Amino acid sequence: MYTVVAAKQLSEAVFRMDILAPEIARKRKAGQFVILKIDEKGERIPLTIVDSDTGRETITIIYQVVGKTTAAMSALKVGDAFQDVQGPLGNPTHIQVFGHVVCVGGGVGVGVIYPITKALKENGNRVTSIIGARTKDLIILEQEMQAASDELVVCTDDGSYGFNGFVSAVLQQIIDRGEKIDHVFAIGPVPMMRVIANLTRPYAIPTTVSLNPIMVDATGMCGACRVEVGGKTKFTCVDGPEFDGHEVNFDLLASRLRMYCEDEKRSYEKHRCGSNGN
Amino acid sequence: METEPKKEKREKIPRQAMPEQAPADRIRNFDEVPRGYSAETATLEAKRCIQCKKPGCIEGCPVDVRIPEFIKLIAEGDFIGAARKLKETNSLPAVCGRVCPQEDQCEKFCILGKKGEPVAIGRLERFAADYERDTNQVVVPEKAKPNGRRIAVVGAGPSGLTIAGDLVKLGYEVTIFEALHKAGGVLVYGIPEFRLPKAIVEAEVDYLRGLGVKIVQNALIGRIKTVDELFEEGYDAVYLAVGAGAPVFMNIPGENLNGIYSANEYLTRSNLMKAYRFPEYDTPIVRGKNVAVIGGGNVAMDSVRTALRLGAENGYIIYRRSETEMPARIEEVHHAKEEGVQFKLLTNPVEYIGDKNGWVTGIRCIRMELGEPDASGRRSPVPVPGSEFVIDVDTVVVAVGTMANPIVPSTTPGLDTNRWGYIVTKGESGETTRKGVYAGGDIVTGSATVILAMGAGRKAAQAIDAYLSGKK
Repeated sequence: MYTVVAAKQLSEAVFRMDILAPEIARKRKAGQFVILKIDEKGERIPLTIVDSDTGRETITIIYQVVGKTTAAMSALKVGDAFQDVQGPLGNPTHIQVFGHVVCVGGGVGVGVIYPITKALKENGNRVTSIIGARTKDLIILEQEMQAASDELVVCTDDGSYGFNGFVSAVLQQIIDRGEKIDHVFAIGPVPMMRVIANLTRPYAIPTTVSLNPIMVDATGMCGACRVEVGGKTKFTCVDGPEFDGHEVNFDLLASRLRMYCEDEKRSYEKHRCGSNGN
Repeated sequence: METEPKKEKREKIPRQAMPEQAPADRIRNFDEVPRGYSAETATLEAKRCIQCKKPGCIEGCPVDVRIPEFIKLIAEGDFIGAARKLKETNSLPAVCGRVCPQEDQCEKFCILGKKGEPVAIGRLERFAADYERDTNQVVVPEKAKPNGRRIAVVGAGPSGLTIAGDLVKLGYEVTIFEALHKAGGVLVYGIPEFRLPKAIVEAEVDYLRGLGVKIVQNALIGRIKTVDELFEEGYDAVYLAVGAGAPVFMNIPGENLNGIYSANEYLTRSNLMKAYRFPEYDTPIVRGKNVAVIGGGNVAMDSVRTALRLGAENGYIIYRRSETEMPARIEEVHHAKEEGVQFKLLTNPVEYIGDKNGWVTGIRCIRMELGEPDASGRRSPVPVPGSEFVIDVDTVVVAVGTMANPIVPSTTPGLDTNRWGYIVTKGESGETTRKGVYAGGDIVTGSATVILAMGAGRKAAQAIDAYLSGKK
């Protein structure tokens, strides 16, 4: 069992949780993820390890309530436990001295880009970060990102906080200023990553994205998480989760993410009705 | 002249059939198809065994089950004694009795099979193990005193479970590291409930825990820790039994469309995650009306029979050779036919067709004919030009084989693999190119059978014991 030692609501639908997992806490590196399963009847879902504390032997995850499992997770209290936490999984982010790096995070994807940003900064890169959300209340990890970056720009789609507009507009401004960018990391919803990759392609700025396809085992035995990169099929769980954004087939990724839409709705409905009934 | 009448009496007993769920009923549930022998039937069948002085059947068993001895105990009505006899050499008899291809193993060498039908060894093994479990008479046997040596086993499939059982009985402290959240490997994620109930696997795994085997789940070796780190932690030897679990796709156009699964994913969702009980269980699975399974092995049969139970109106097997070449067990092909599976033989997919939402709607196939025998002796299929046609489908399961998963070999320096990624071992001992590291099962041989993986575990246990006994 993997006990929840801290749980906090960050915004309307985004939650942060610290889970006791000593070995994973010791071993994990930026860019890696875990598979969690709440109980016997639960499904296995992948979530990025946002942070770890080897002293407290915990890992931190940040998740958005989008369906049954994440809703059930948000109801877990300190002292409750997950039946299974498997990890660390996936390849760690390739961290090196690139020079000037721009880290772009959208929505709950900021939780995924935060550990990478931190590692890039700690390794001597100059880091400009751009984070965005629909509205002010949905911005997460602003202070942490501030601390991990040389410069941080916060954007909201509705202009309720910071820059009024998409993260891509801020990136375009930086490029237009003629500032040299050696590498871009972009993590967030599929449409956002696609826009950023399309933006940097004509300037030949190397762009790394972290993909979030459907996963089951996450050890390379099933291919549920297969994506197309440079025309070749790759398994995100063992070959990724990070890939060259200029080579990723985002249409296929978006399409495959919709595969269980109906079932997901059904499961969530059943869960909510059950909760209301109590 | 005294033996003569006895012999006559024996031959009067025909091989006892095993009752089964009727096809029309069973395609609506995931319950086990064969129901097993009753005590009376088992006793009758056991009496057919002529107790050979030099039994051929044992030669055919990769884990050396004392076959005539356990069968004699059943014939005498000592069912518990029979179960204990089985467990002296086989830690998973309820599993083996169900999934071993006995026709190619023990029963192939049964002397009665020369003239008539062999003794139903598998069914008797299943009966004894089930009887012991169902009557709550499973006990933990005596084992050797702890010898202070620690063994790490990587992978809790049939090979890893077997070696763990063997070594723990010899006094070793054994820890199995399993990547998934449940132990059993293919027994829990691959073979469906209707062939091997998961409660039985769990009971046999619990028996090993009772013996003192420690199982650490959610531990993917290569990521959480490497083989080198296992030695640093004080393990004296490591056995790699990670299987050949990486799915093979055909790399034809459209293979990543929605609705197209690897057999591993399809079966893992259904078996391990119990998606057939969605939404009671949280994991979903596509319940197609027209489901095609590509391939002709046992995994293909398991997949297509699962599809029928998930409500498919048409379940197709698409196989590029003819029925004679099909690698699946005859019994499984027979079960599939009884259940209404449609066989599209000498047929091969060349492309998947999808709709605007990215879902598969059809398979473009080409007819094949058999050419000259290839190196393996099988006649290779050759496409017939101009014979393409389309089969309408909404779900596809690709069951054309699996290959080695590279995570452990790629994180273990000095561990040699062959060009397909399988671990190279010296002979049958399982000794690898790394000192103290042994390997067995599918990660050495490529996809084979449960019992062969168990046999490899048995031999490696002996080799590890010899290695560590020699080491002061």
